[in-house]
Amino acid sequence: MRWQIQGDRPIYIQLLEQIKLGIVSGALPAGSRLPSVRDLAAEAKVNPNTMQKALDELGREGLVFSQRTSGRFITEDQALLEQLKKELVAQHLEQFLGQMRSIGLTRDEVLAIIKDKLNEEEHP
Amino acid sequence: MTNDNRFPLLEIRNLTKIYSNIQALNDVSLTLDRGRIVGLLGPNGSGKTTLIKLIAGLLTPTHGDIFINGYRPGRESKALVSYLPDRTYLNDWMRVMDIIAFFADFYPDFSSGKAYDMLSRLQIDPQARLKHLSKGTKEKVQLILVMSRQAQLYLLDEPIGGVDPAARDYILSTIIGNYNPDATVIISTHLISDVERVLDDVVFLAYGRVAMVSSVDDIREKQGKSVDELFREVYRC
Repeated sequence: MRWQIQGDRPIYIQLLEQIKLGIVSGALPAGSRLPSVRDLAAEAKVNPNTMQKALDELGREGLVFSQRTSGRFITEDQALLEQLKKELVAQHLEQFLGQMRSIGLTRDEVLAIIKDKLNEEEHP
Repeated sequence: MTNDNRFPLLEIRNLTKIYSNIQALNDVSLTLDRGRIVGLLGPNGSGKTTLIKLIAGLLTPTHGDIFINGYRPGRESKALVSYLPDRTYLNDWMRVMDIIAFFADFYPDFSSGKAYDMLSRLQIDPQARLKHLSKGTKEKVQLILVMSRQAQLYLLDEPIGGVDPAARDYILSTIIGNYNPDATVIISTHLISDVERVLDDVVFLAYGRVAMVSSVDDIREKQGKSVDELFREVYRC
């Protein structure tokens, strides 16, 4: 996993987002075991209590479950993973549309640039 | 060292320190729990080093009280506290390995294995004499000595000020890797953006007073700013 902490937003929220992204992208596969809090904190170079807070939140959302002796695992609940993916997509989309609107693009212009961009990537 | 949870790890009450005619600390009260990594932040001359020296027992308060695990600074508290001063105090003619043996003799909670492990990670030759090491390398050696103890309270006065960014990263990872839920680390620094993500809490000092105590994520959540940005605003010159 690559960790990036920056800007002015709470650190545990940034950790939460990055772990979620890891789950959706498959870097942290469903059913796999997570490293210990200490190892994750060392890897991300963050405070262990902050990492703990992020993992606790993931636990509350059901994306991670603990097994008393063997550690924390990523959920295998496909419905939940599907929902997580939808949420992330919606978030990014909203952010993107917000930026396009603040630049001053209309609905049709946004549609057009997306189409153009996709075509360009398919036929470089 | 047994752990006594009846007392907070560190309790400071109405602490004042006056040096002949300069008031370095003015009525400081502060309580810290176990298992925290705390940044002691403030501009030059705000009282950071004075506060740390008082906790370490190197200075005596003019007024007020300090308790470390229930003990006033003294023999019992010093067994619990591992202190990194803001300047070198080691004898220059000594070899790194001799200093390690010296520390191992002096502190029952010192781990030579840990010290040698960190030395090799930072590629410091144990045979080298201190006077032949660069300023930054000397600082690394001092930090290694301090972090190789199994203390309850680590007092690190500017641990990253004199070292290069790569060593800074290593030092911060060492602090994270040594994290112990029973021990607390106090780091004084003005390199806030480097340490911010490693800290639980920050204590801002200004003119010898506590200007603010907060968790890092509380500042980010409530003020919408990093601690670094907030610091720059609070202490704008």
